Amino acid sequence: MTGLGLFNYWVVIFLMMVGFYTLIARGNLIKKIIGLNIFQTSVFILYISMGKITGATAPIFVTGAEPEFGYSNPIPHVLILTAIVVGVATSALGLSLVIRIKEAFGTIEEDEIEELSR
Amino acid sequence: MSHHLPVLLVVIPLVAAPFAALVNRPRVSWAIALGAAWWAFYAAFRLLAQVMSDGTIHYELGGWAAPYGIEYVVDPANAWVLLIVALIGAVVIPYARASVAREVSEDRIPLFYAAFILCMTGLLGIAVTGDVFNVFVFLEISSLSSYALIALGPDRRALTASYQYLIVGSVGATFIVIGIGLMYVMTGTLNMADLAEILPQLEANRTIPVAFTFLTVGITLKLALFPLHMWLPNAYTYAPSAVTAFIASTATKVAVYLLLRFFFTVFGAEFSFDVMQLDRILMPLALLAILTMSLVAIYQEDVKRLLAYSSVAQIGYIVLGISFASALGLTAGILHLFNHALMKGALFMAMGCVMYRVGSVQIDRMNGLGRAMPWTMAAFVGGGLSIIGVPLTVGFISKWYLIQAALEQGMWPVAAVVLAGSLLAVIYIWKVVEVAYFRDVDPEAGISEAPLSLLIPTWTLVIANFWFGINASATSGVAQRAAELLLGLAS
Repeated sequence: MTGLGLFNYWVVIFLMMVGFYTLIARGNLIKKIIGLNIFQTSVFILYISMGKITGATAPIFVTGAEPEFGYSNPIPHVLILTAIVVGVATSALGLSLVIRIKEAFGTIEEDEIEELSR
Repeated sequence: MSHHLPVLLVVIPLVAAPFAALVNRPRVSWAIALGAAWWAFYAAFRLLAQVMSDGTIHYELGGWAAPYGIEYVVDPANAWVLLIVALIGAVVIPYARASVAREVSEDRIPLFYAAFILCMTGLLGIAVTGDVFNVFVFLEISSLSSYALIALGPDRRALTASYQYLIVGSVGATFIVIGIGLMYVMTGTLNMADLAEILPQLEANRTIPVAFTFLTVGITLKLALFPLHMWLPNAYTYAPSAVTAFIASTATKVAVYLLLRFFFTVFGAEFSFDVMQLDRILMPLALLAILTMSLVAIYQEDVKRLLAYSSVAQIGYIVLGISFASALGLTAGILHLFNHALMKGALFMAMGCVMYRVGSVQIDRMNGLGRAMPWTMAAFVGGGLSIIGVPLTVGFISKWYLIQAALEQGMWPVAAVVLAGSLLAVIYIWKVVEVAYFRDVDPEAGISEAPLSLLIPTWTLVIANFWFGINASATSGVAQRAAELLLGLAS
């Protein structure tokens, strides 16, 4: 498991850093939410990669058909289903806050809001 | 029935929340919230009594045996936290009725109560569960609902405060998920007791320290340990008063409990403090929190913001107690969880009364309030004495234990910082007292005392501050049992 074998995990790290950077560096509130989304997505991929076993089949038990390399672990996938739901809820709440911020301040740029909050 | 208490404690408020939203009448929603909160208080009290007499309770959800099913475990440490959350909830909801009617527009009140109960459910769930992924789920229930609650504040800056908290809180929660995932990869289990058994058997590897680091950063973001506290002052300042009183007294406390649970039960004190040397990070940060945040609090003009900075300093005391990793230090930290909830609850509720009558908590609007609102300001002084740590208040008891724990390890400079923190607290509390008692009332303002529905809950907490300050044997007994259990000293 070297080099390309860890491809998934390189993708995870890349996405995580892209998301985290966007979250910190951007002043636009919607871009920040998108950064948060990318950041969370990287964790979804991390979990999904964990459950995968090379050559293994889907964890559905069929009598008489024993798979050669066993089954993939379904638990990380189920866990991340919960985390996806949470991510959707967070984005929805975040975006609705952005709408109300736009109504109250007339802008969604962080520095302009800061100016108005003084 | 009593067998199912651990799950009913969480499920009844969880089911009550949608009802509170659906009936859509402010008064009925409030009554539902009140019922749920009082039920939680009763159940938490019963659980604590049961745990203290019969020992740890294990409850298997749906009859699925651990470690495959989700397990709820109640031991002295989390029964204590459950009681803190439920107690504050049970006191704040009666208070919320008048306060929220003034600060939140009427069509949103039912949703306010629904979010409030959900937040309480989440916090109770984090404390009661024995499954690490379940912790994350409840953490998000409580966080999402608290973002919504904060955004309901009367000032438009409540929206940006809530947004800021949402971003930081989600990053913290995601870090926790990463930590949990890495632990799962190495152990194949999510059950806390099971993890505690498997983790020490693993060979030295890099994954577990990384998991530990992610969890530590994630949780310290949630508990607002200096310097990760940036979200907290705005959130506390602009949230509706009842929400501030509830969240300030419970949300950070539950996060501290998570820290305790992961460091001591899951990873074990040996790994956390000897291998990872966590105390070398926690102690300086805690000391910095106490000193700098108390200093910053002195310069605040908004009393809610002042109290928010003071909260970050008080969290410093709690974390300081934990960083000693001794029985006495942990007792001090766990005791201060409860004691700080009592004092900050009382102080923020007193400020809610001021908000109700004056419409602002700026210091320069408080001239002569000591005469115009004698009971409210007396409550503030009572809570203030407790923050300072005057004898006969709960604040004194926590500091007494904390200083003893510092001296036990020969760290007298640490004890000096604790005392310096108290002196700084004298200054920032005095700032308010001076304006309220030694300046003349503005006669045209026509400010009168807050209504009884606000004063009674506030004074309940103030009296509790003195009650448990004078008779501390019950609280310190539980805290000591919890500390011994976490350190693995108890049989």
